Amino acid sequence: MSKLMTWQELPIGGVIVQAGNSVEYVTGGWRTFRPVIDFERCTHCLLCWLYCPDVSMQTAGGKLTGVDLLHCKGCGICSEVCPAHAISMVAESEFAAEKEVVP
Amino acid sequence: MTRVMALDGNSAVAQAMRQINPDVVAAYPITPQTSIVQDFAQFVADGLVDSEFIAVESEHSAMSACIGAAAAGGRTMTATSSQGLALMWEVVYIAASLRLPMVMPVVNRALSGPINIHCDHSDSMGARDAGWIQLFSENAQEAYDNTIQAVRIAEHMDVRLPVMVMQDGFITSHAVERVEIYDDEAVREFIGPYKPLYPLLDVDHPVTYGPLDFYDYYFEHKRQQVEALRHAKGVIEEVGREFGQKFGRRYGLFETYRLADAEVALVVLASTAGTARVVVDKLRAEGIRAGLLKPRVFRPFPAEEIIAALNGVHAVAVMDRSIAFGAMHNGGPLWLEILAAAKLYRLDVPIVNYVFGLGGRDVTPEQIERAVRETWKAGMLGKAERIVTYLGVRGDENGRAEMENRAVALGDFRLGPLAADASAGNGHELVEA
Repeated sequence: MSKLMTWQELPIGGVIVQAGNSVEYVTGGWRTFRPVIDFERCTHCLLCWLYCPDVSMQTAGGKLTGVDLLHCKGCGICSEVCPAHAISMVAESEFAAEKEVVP
Repeated sequence: MTRVMALDGNSAVAQAMRQINPDVVAAYPITPQTSIVQDFAQFVADGLVDSEFIAVESEHSAMSACIGAAAAGGRTMTATSSQGLALMWEVVYIAASLRLPMVMPVVNRALSGPINIHCDHSDSMGARDAGWIQLFSENAQEAYDNTIQAVRIAEHMDVRLPVMVMQDGFITSHAVERVEIYDDEAVREFIGPYKPLYPLLDVDHPVTYGPLDFYDYYFEHKRQQVEALRHAKGVIEEVGREFGQKFGRRYGLFETYRLADAEVALVVLASTAGTARVVVDKLRAEGIRAGLLKPRVFRPFPAEEIIAALNGVHAVAVMDRSIAFGAMHNGGPLWLEILAAAKLYRLDVPIVNYVFGLGGRDVTPEQIERAVRETWKAGMLGKAERIVTYLGVRGDENGRAEMENRAVALGDFRLGPLAADASAGNGHELVEA
């Protein structure tokens, strides 16, 4: 959600009138460890994609392309299930210098 | 054609429900509301209504089913009393916060414990901050009229809130009176067809009800509820005017009786207002200019309008049929609201509280007369002997209550010894190292 709505702009009753808009709601802020993919090792078996509870493993043409950091909570399941050990969990503090991801 | 019928308050409300013909009624019987549900179930059995009647296993389920039905897009009603309302409590808030219009007659009964089935207002006062509109009725006719108007108020697009319609348990609900029942078609014409907003059954426009709402949006949704209640005041007046044009009985936010030139005002909700009118007449005949203000709308509380109507009196006696335990001087909720309103809108006269009638205890004209005479005297002296009086309770005649409820002189409000202790520290001050 790019901009938080005012009370005048919101539908009443906390009703969500737009189907499938949860993708706009950024939930990745809890993350303390971030999955980092080593594409040298990745075999694109997509087990990480299959196991990710937040549909945060991004793919294109049947290949893993990256992680949706707006929704990834850093649970580390992708890293655990990766048979090629291609995904490492790196502390978010390592990325502190990066500009905060603002959707 | 309007028919004059001999009905008790519950039967009158059941007649309103028959005429409203809601899509869904989910209810559980509880004394003294029982005969509303009984009558309505008979109407369903006799094919006089098209309603889906859900005989639920508890009031929590009744309100939950009503919420589901209202969210689905149906015109929805239930009815309850006392413990039933208490058991609903969790979902009562949800109905208001999901902005689901529905109408719930509440037949006022004391809350347990000790267990009691008779009238006081502690049940609906317990739900006064739930976000519902609350209308109080003096008699069966008003309960019937308010039930019909509540449909229009709840469903107004600027409101979209649930409405409770109160009547006094047994006193109104089970006493047979003369009630004018309007023509079925005229009532249906008045309430009009239901226009649902975001109905779940509209599968072409799917919506989600009740999603998690955190710190980033919850507050905005609460702010919207405030706005709805602000609009409600005007809508209640507008519907009351239109009702008057159509059926000849006009309703506002409150009713006054001989108040315009009064020097002492009595404020009381519901059936006791009838007794109070008799007392006002008697005192007037004896030279005390007494007047009555009977609030019809408790939520949203018409603070400014009530104080404007009370302007000019020398003292006010507020009668409460419930106690806000632990609140200032253990007074009643109506008194607390009026005190706060008087401060804000600068009505600087003694305003005292008479708590009465708990658990269905009768209040007599003599007791009300005593309250008004005492308050009149307070107005003359600018000083009240007692702040809160428990009218008709045994043991308070000359005892502790008077000691604890010290006299308050206007403009000479001295703190008692307890307050002086507190300002002197009382052992609880933060000490800097």
